[in-house]
Amino acid sequence: MQNDSRSQKIVDIIQAYARRHSLWILAYGTGCGAIEIPSTMTSRYDAERLGVRGAATPRQADVLLITGYLTVKTLKRVIRVYEQMQSPKYVIGFGSCAINGGMYWDSYNTIKMLDQYIPVDVYISGCMPRPEAVLSGFGKLQDLIKAGVADGPKRYEENFDWYRANQKKIIKNWNFADYNW
Amino acid sequence: MEILQYIFGGIITFLLAFVVGMTFGGTRRKIIARIQNRYGPPIYQNFIDAFKLFSKTSAVHHGAMHYMGPAFLMVSSVVSLMFIPILRDGGWFPNLNFHGDLIFLLYMMVFGSLGMALGAGQTGNPNSAIGVTRGLAQMVGYEIPWIMALVAMMIQFHTTSITGLMDVQLQSGTWNLFASPFAFVAAILASLGMFRYAPFNIVGAPAELASGPASENGGKYLFTMMSSHSVFAFVKLTLFADLFLGGAGNLVELLIKTFLLYMIPVLYGVVNPRYRTEQAVRWFWGWPTVFGIIAIAYAVWST
Repeated sequence: MQNDSRSQKIVDIIQAYARRHSLWILAYGTGCGAIEIPSTMTSRYDAERLGVRGAATPRQADVLLITGYLTVKTLKRVIRVYEQMQSPKYVIGFGSCAINGGMYWDSYNTIKMLDQYIPVDVYISGCMPRPEAVLSGFGKLQDLIKAGVADGPKRYEENFDWYRANQKKIIKNWNFADYNW
Repeated sequence: MEILQYIFGGIITFLLAFVVGMTFGGTRRKIIARIQNRYGPPIYQNFIDAFKLFSKTSAVHHGAMHYMGPAFLMVSSVVSLMFIPILRDGGWFPNLNFHGDLIFLLYMMVFGSLGMALGAGQTGNPNSAIGVTRGLAQMVGYEIPWIMALVAMMIQFHTTSITGLMDVQLQSGTWNLFASPFAFVAAILASLGMFRYAPFNIVGAPAELASGPASENGGKYLFTMMSSHSVFAFVKLTLFADLFLGGAGNLVELLIKTFLLYMIPVLYGVVNPRYRTEQAVRWFWGWPTVFGIIAIAYAVWST
């Protein structure tokens, strides 16, 4: 059924409202940042009042939370998890390790800039970011969704060759199992 | 003309069940949050979640049976809903009841879980398979006291129809809660397992099984499962209100009764951790089954 532009606009407004008030996170707890997630979710900061809630599997999640450094070995899993998520999907890079390598800037075994490999919507800086910073990061993501610029899957699709080339540069033994997205 | 009224009535019944079930689910999340000393999400949070899940743009599937699993759940919920008298005097709500619909309902209520088990099997996810086996084990546990309670009621009042049991309560002037108290206790204890809230949330345990049978279902599949669970919660609560609390004369009475019944599994759940599978089955074969046996003996003795 084809909507005309005016009714489509109303649907878009409701969809954007629902999407930004119901963010189910998949916390990919790679580094030390994972320890900030429980304190964000529990009684002191209570992220659930903003609609932020943990999801159990990539299929159900909306937000992929990369908490901390990513080793070369885990990057493969992160890519697979990201590709298994259902769009619209968002990525939050968490802590300075995801931004520029942080204290692992000269490590041989970690990646430095996360947005070379998967499209990141929001970065939360800090080492580690406190729960206030995490909540403000979620607020920023909500603003981006409202403005309609949190379009990670679209960017990933458009620049797919560039992302794949970067990923393959890091992952030498590229033997992904077959799966349909 | 009559068929149109049935169709509209069915749609209205479904919408009522959906809205009430979703709101009860949101209330449950709020109550759990308050008990954990959190502020908690708004009561309408489940509607936002449902709409978001529905508006996901991509939906991966793993084959025909995976499509049909959530659909089976929905079919089971809606068909069960159509056989439950919502109000005593019917009114706008159609009721497809016949003699023996209680026995039919016993089968219909497990049909959705079995369909979901088939759907979960095709996803190929090991967590789903473990969740399904746990769910079937738990079903073996709680179905025994539940069926014992219903059989006791059937023996005591010589009827296998839900409206028949409601008429019995209307004529005698007492609720079945007082006329057959042991059956009520057995059925309520079995309902703790039927709702699958803690401590019996062993099927979809998020921390152990990654939500079990639902683990490969995102987006619209999860929306279907979520809404069918909400409708099914309403079905179970209304069935309990009909069988034991004399049904409801109007919607306000229905909401009060179902909400009070809903609080039993919710409040039992928030203060309990999760059982292991064999602990859950042992629990159901303990006191609930004893109450079921007493209920049958009481029914045979009192007739």
